[in-house]
Amino acid sequence: MSDPRATGGVATSLAQIPEYRGLLSWLSSIDHKQIGILYIASAVLFLLVGVAEAVLMRIQLMWPGNHFMSPGTYNQIFTMHGTTMVFLMAMPLLFGFSVYLVPLMIGARDMAFPRLNAAGYWLYLFGALMLYFSFMAGGAPAAGWFSYAPLTEGGYSFGPGIDYWALSLLVMGAGSVATAINLVVTVLTLRTPGMSLRRLPLFVWMTFVNSFLVILALPALNAALVMILADRQLNTHFFAPEHGGSALLWQNYFWVFGHPEVYILVLPAFGVISEVIPVFSRKVIYGYGFLASSTVAIAFLSFGVWVHHMFATGLSFAALYVFAASSMLIAVPTGIKIFNWIATMWGGSIRFTTAMMFATAFLIQFTAGGLSGVTFAAIPIDWQLTDSYFVVAHIHYVLLGGTLFGMFAGIYYWFPKITGRLLSERLGRLQFWLLVIGFNGTFAGMHVLGVLGMPRRAYTYPDRPPLGLLHLISSSFAILLALGLVLLVVNVIVSLRRGAVAGDDPWGGWTLEWATTSPPPPDNFERVPPVRSRRPLWDLAHAPPAVRDAGRAEGGGHD
Amino acid sequence: MQMPHTSVLDPHSPQAQSIARLFYIDLSIAAVIFLLVTGLVAFAAWRFRARPGDPEPYQESGVRWLEALWTAIPSLILLVLLVLTAKTMLEVNPPVGKRKPDVTVVAHQWWWEYRYGDPAAVAANELHMPLGENWLLLISSADVIHDFWVPDLGAKMDAIPGHPGYLWIQPRQAGTFLGTCAEYCGTDHATMGIRVVVESPADFAAWRQHQARAPVPPSDAAGIRGGRLFAARTCRNCHSIAGTDAHGRVGPDLGHLGERATLAAGVLTNTPDQLRRWLLDPQHFKPGCHMPDAGLTDAEARDLASYLEGLR
Ligand code: HEC
Ligand code: HEM
Ligand SMILES: [Cu+2]
Repeated sequence: MSDPRATGGVATSLAQIPEYRGLLSWLSSIDHKQIGILYIASAVLFLLVGVAEAVLMRIQLMWPGNHFMSPGTYNQIFTMHGTTMVFLMAMPLLFGFSVYLVPLMIGARDMAFPRLNAAGYWLYLFGALMLYFSFMAGGAPAAGWFSYAPLTEGGYSFGPGIDYWALSLLVMGAGSVATAINLVVTVLTLRTPGMSLRRLPLFVWMTFVNSFLVILALPALNAALVMILADRQLNTHFFAPEHGGSALLWQNYFWVFGHPEVYILVLPAFGVISEVIPVFSRKVIYGYGFLASSTVAIAFLSFGVWVHHMFATGLSFAALYVFAASSMLIAVPTGIKIFNWIATMWGGSIRFTTAMMFATAFLIQFTAGGLSGVTFAAIPIDWQLTDSYFVVAHIHYVLLGGTLFGMFAGIYYWFPKITGRLLSERLGRLQFWLLVIGFNGTFAGMHVLGVLGMPRRAYTYPDRPPLGLLHLISSSFAILLALGLVLLVVNVIVSLRRGAVAGDDPWGGWTLEWATTSPPPPDNFERVPPVRSRRPLWDLAHAPPAVRDAGRAEGGGHD
Repeated sequence: MQMPHTSVLDPHSPQAQSIARLFYIDLSIAAVIFLLVTGLVAFAAWRFRARPGDPEPYQESGVRWLEALWTAIPSLILLVLLVLTAKTMLEVNPPVGKRKPDVTVVAHQWWWEYRYGDPAAVAANELHMPLGENWLLLISSADVIHDFWVPDLGAKMDAIPGHPGYLWIQPRQAGTFLGTCAEYCGTDHATMGIRVVVESPADFAAWRQHQARAPVPPSDAAGIRGGRLFAARTCRNCHSIAGTDAHGRVGPDLGHLGERATLAAGVLTNTPDQLRRWLLDPQHFKPGCHMPDAGLTDAEARDLASYLEGLR
């Protein structure tokens, strides 16, 4: 295929861009768009792996006393599911969108450090593959996604699984910090003229704040990982109480990382929602300043709430009161964002594209997850419900019904920009309903399971009605949910081949990425349109005709 | 086996009652907020959906006082919840002070040990408590982190090695209450059941006296053969039976095994036949547990079962 630009045409698919042809161009790329695509594709791949693991768990739990899996296998599977979904799926998905979109949205040609960007991705992929290699190297880790010591000490976890777990997280953690630094520098130094910090698109703003969280939180995890590796390989005793170590030390380190991590997983989805809802409601975002500043508040507070994962460890009341208060406090800037988004919809002219449908479901499901979260901040309730299926429900309402639904909105919204083709809306709608029904059917009943005393991370449970019935319902709906997730891949494959050509701005978006071609050329923009407000393309569309034409010429548009 | 029902919302102690009350309050608040948000979203989705010929919507970029209002109201609600939280915490698990624990719970991979002081008695997998007394439990661990959780009786407490935890429980109904280990603790975490037997103070005192005495071995032929086998095999490396030279601490005390309702922390009902099957192949019933297959013949297992069940 010849270069369409040579004949004055515009690429309408990735395959038409000569720079992106051939495997080598992807393996050696330092183009933020290719790296973003690699991140997103890998994340989707691991999403399927994680879903497969989830389906295995749900088969085992279909009825009490099922012998589908041994406890040893189940424990590896739930550990790998959690670790995969958090570190191999959600984080790279968010990074993928961030490194793809941030330079485009701020009118830059690439990230500040393109090579570091590539290094971040390859470190991630290497770590991810190393984690899965453990299955062949004597057994996957089986201590849960937060791997509490001293269960992870050599005396209790014999195989190499925990070593693989710790090493691969360490490798990925280094990559994440590098990428986050890169994002911060990019936002600080490469903004196009006129794009002040106060005019940043909210997705960029939230990614920016998020990157600070990554930079500050991951070192705590990395330090703890080094310590547990030393305990296991060098016979140190950081976490071995019988030798003067402390079992609680691990928990403190882990959650100093782990709670900000939860926000790391959700802030970019907030960013996506803050882009999608205004565009499809045809209204400016309601309370930009408020959304941005409350995100900063969340970032600060998220470092002061980690003990709420440790309410049942018997800490002093003084500590408990402080962390109950901080945990309730952080609910405020988080929860009220919902009202800003609803207010954005209010009085608008809402087009329910698949992206908008996912964003709408996000609002409701994330609210449910947030409310069950506040329930845990009321410490005595936490004393009953922590480590029960109520937590499993809560995690998934936040991470699946929240983050992942948000990211699906993002996938449907930006896929045309990334690939030049629209995803099929028909398959999209089908997928949406499968996911909504499958998701709520799978996880709503888990709240009840928790209240009825079902502990999490249990490969089996006693035959005590209605536990069996509730589990069976959950497993049945999980099939719909899994189908809905697989359908994404089907839609991507079908649409890449036969999808409608997107054009520069299929949704009438207002941020800079829509001012260039879809897919964008390797150096992003021929010319960046002037930025005089938060919505440069809106300004162009609404300016008096003379100014508009001047802007177009200046911006090098080609319609 | 008929299992008693368990539920956080079916409290049988004042502690569980306080938590259930707070939970109801929290659920009501959550329900109102959830319905409000869902209602607003649904209304907006219906009322403001795009219709052909819609004019450009008014570009409303925010109203300060409205945003302040919807920040202030949730903050106030949370403040109320915080006060209730602090109050309930004091009701449920007040600081211990100088009070000595009534029983020490020692969690093991994957069974429970209960140590009573004065007269010293040890029990396994079945915690007996007197009705109506407000007991202080010391929760500890012999290996990794576990968690003691009986939903009907109240809060849970982690069993952390090197970091004892305390839990108050005042059962106010006689009967059996089930719980489970609630902190993931390795292979058999799922089958580390808790059984609490609440009985009248008189019955409890009798049980306690009985438990403190060394058991009387059975005198029938099978029981005597079993006793010899127990002493000859590896059993005593891991198990203890008062009055014999079995002092192992790896597995549960077997002194009054015959009086327990279940075997292996709730995996099997305790009958001589089930015990025989357990002894023949513990790894079948609890894969990965720390009790090895002793390579017994069926006859040996039968004799051992007679001995253990006959201890009184
Ligand atoms: C290596 C240590 C070890 C040896 C040797 C051993 N056991 Fe055990 N045994 C255990 C452990 C640990 C458990 C608890 C299993 C569980 O529930 O996870 C147990 C459980 C039991 C139980 C069930 C107790 C209860 O409270 O429900 C019986 C009965 C028992 N063992 C009998 C025997 C007999 C008889 C022998 C000798 C043939 C023996 N054990 C040898 C470690 C051992
Ligand atoms: C088909 C979709 C999914 C199903 C059916 C599913 C099911 C489950 C179940 C049943 C558990 C509990 C295992 C146990 O405690 O024994 C679990 C744990 C978990 N899931 Fe999922 N899940 C799905 C998708 C996701 C997604 C998308 C995420 C994250 C974005 C996620 C994150 C987690 C985490 C972090 C845990 C905790 C693991 C641990 O306890 O260590 N899951 N999942
Ligand atoms: Cu346990």
